[in-house]
Amino acid sequence: MRIRLTDIAEVIRSKNAGPYQLTLDIIFKESDTFLKVCKAKVINKKLITGLYGVTEDKVINIFEFKPAKAIKVTLARTIPSGSLGDTDVYGAQQHAPLLALELYI
Amino acid sequence: MDELRILSPTAILGYGFPMDSFNRGMKRHPHVIAVDGGSTDPGPYYLGAGVSFTDRNAVKRDLEIMISAGVEEDIPIIIGTAGGCGGEPHLQWNVDIVKEIAKQKGLTFKMAVIHAEIPNEVVIREMKKGKVIPLHPAPELTQHDVEETVRIVAQMGVEPFIEAIDKGAQVIIAARAYDPAVFAALAVEKGYDMGLALHMGKILECASIAATPGSGSDCMMGYLGEDCFRVEPLNPKRKCTTLSVAAHTLYEKNNPYILPGPGGVLDLNETNFEQETDRAVKVSGSKFIPSEKYTLKLEGAKKIGYRTVSIAGVRDPVMINGIDNIIESVKQSIEDNFKDSLSDYFLDFKVYGKNAVMGPLESNTCTNAYELGIVIEAVAETQEIANTICGFARSTMLHFGYEGRISTAGNLAFPYSPSDFKAGEVYEFSMYHIIEVEDAKELFPVEIMMSLEVGDYENKAD
Repeated sequence: MRIRLTDIAEVIRSKNAGPYQLTLDIIFKESDTFLKVCKAKVINKKLITGLYGVTEDKVINIFEFKPAKAIKVTLARTIPSGSLGDTDVYGAQQHAPLLALELYI
Repeated sequence: MDELRILSPTAILGYGFPMDSFNRGMKRHPHVIAVDGGSTDPGPYYLGAGVSFTDRNAVKRDLEIMISAGVEEDIPIIIGTAGGCGGEPHLQWNVDIVKEIAKQKGLTFKMAVIHAEIPNEVVIREMKKGKVIPLHPAPELTQHDVEETVRIVAQMGVEPFIEAIDKGAQVIIAARAYDPAVFAALAVEKGYDMGLALHMGKILECASIAATPGSGSDCMMGYLGEDCFRVEPLNPKRKCTTLSVAAHTLYEKNNPYILPGPGGVLDLNETNFEQETDRAVKVSGSKFIPSEKYTLKLEGAKKIGYRTVSIAGVRDPVMINGIDNIIESVKQSIEDNFKDSLSDYFLDFKVYGKNAVMGPLESNTCTNAYELGIVIEAVAETQEIANTICGFARSTMLHFGYEGRISTAGNLAFPYSPSDFKAGEVYEFSMYHIIEVEDAKELFPVEIMMSLEVGDYENKAD
């Protein structure tokens, strides 16, 4: 089944996790879709590297967090927060590629 | 074991809170009022420059209410990460505000001031012993990096706060602290479970952000028992749900299950979130696992120069189409002009409407925008050089004769005169490391003083 992430997620956000990491949270509306997405392993390193144009070693980890029906992806920042060339000191506007995402589950 | 009640008025000192919520919290007879004042989120400037990112009047307003209420009820008021970053100037700035409040209100109380700025020599000495390790993906440190760092702070755990409580301090103003420490300290001092106390602190540190609807400017109450804790927002229009509380556990962390802090990790693998009432959530099962060696997190910033920026807009479709090539040509022109005299500068163009927000992470390669916003930025060793590079880039771009140009009078729409802004000193994070220590308190001297000095009493007598 092809489904838009924005249809099944309640929250999609990005933020710094310290000055050197960027973390993406996807919090799902329903447990069963969350579990289906987890089971299908569709939010994986390959997907993230494609969406963000980074190499796999920049994807630090991907966690499924059941108590919050959430999947968390953490990336190494290409430029540390506030260093020359940075575009988003708080890392709060790096979630947009996830909004256009369609998943097969 | 009796319940311990903790009032968290606001997410960051100076973010404010409604008086109704605060008063409702005071009616529940908290044992302590606590706020953490800081974050690395606003970037390296505030740590490096020694400046608070929160406003003095706003911080004074929050503190005035908290201190007056706390002194009246005879309960401690604990502030962590004073001045936003918790360096020495940030700490003194906050202590001055507290003294001003005490003087104006005629309040006498014992105060503890806890320092957290670490001398560079200490870090170099420990680094040579292999006791300073980068937090991935921060780079390895060299001695030169440490020497260049203008300010280093370490995040204290609960131990220095406990020392201050034991010394009878009613108001504790601490420099850089692990965010949950201000909320957990009294609990740990009284023998409550460290894992539960810290996890509750993790939630309370952002006040009502963990409620729904969330807010960083509204009060939250924590109730700690022997084997669980409860959190409940103090504004009736908000509630805590298992989802809002669990979701907050994810916030700004890279791993939701294992949260490292001073002296160990908070392990949430066995944590259970239960909806206790319509508005309160009960949490149990969180554990603190002490590490073999006690480590603390270090943050440091170094000065890298001065910045000047110019802001302009573009509406011409021919210019918008060719913007990448135009920017490259302008950069080339600056290089040609200054390569012999001013070679060391950073020049960057942020093109809003194209890829200015995501930069290297942007996968959209084209723009559909009918207008673009451009921020020209120059960073150099002195403000003067930054002004020169930025000004030259701005004037070159304004009159640049790009291919297919129809509009020959000027390429940029400036919203302001002057068009260029001196942004002053520029800093970068240079340290995000952990340091191993023998004693949790060794880097954090606790200073005890009275809120009013002799002169203040005399003035008051007048």
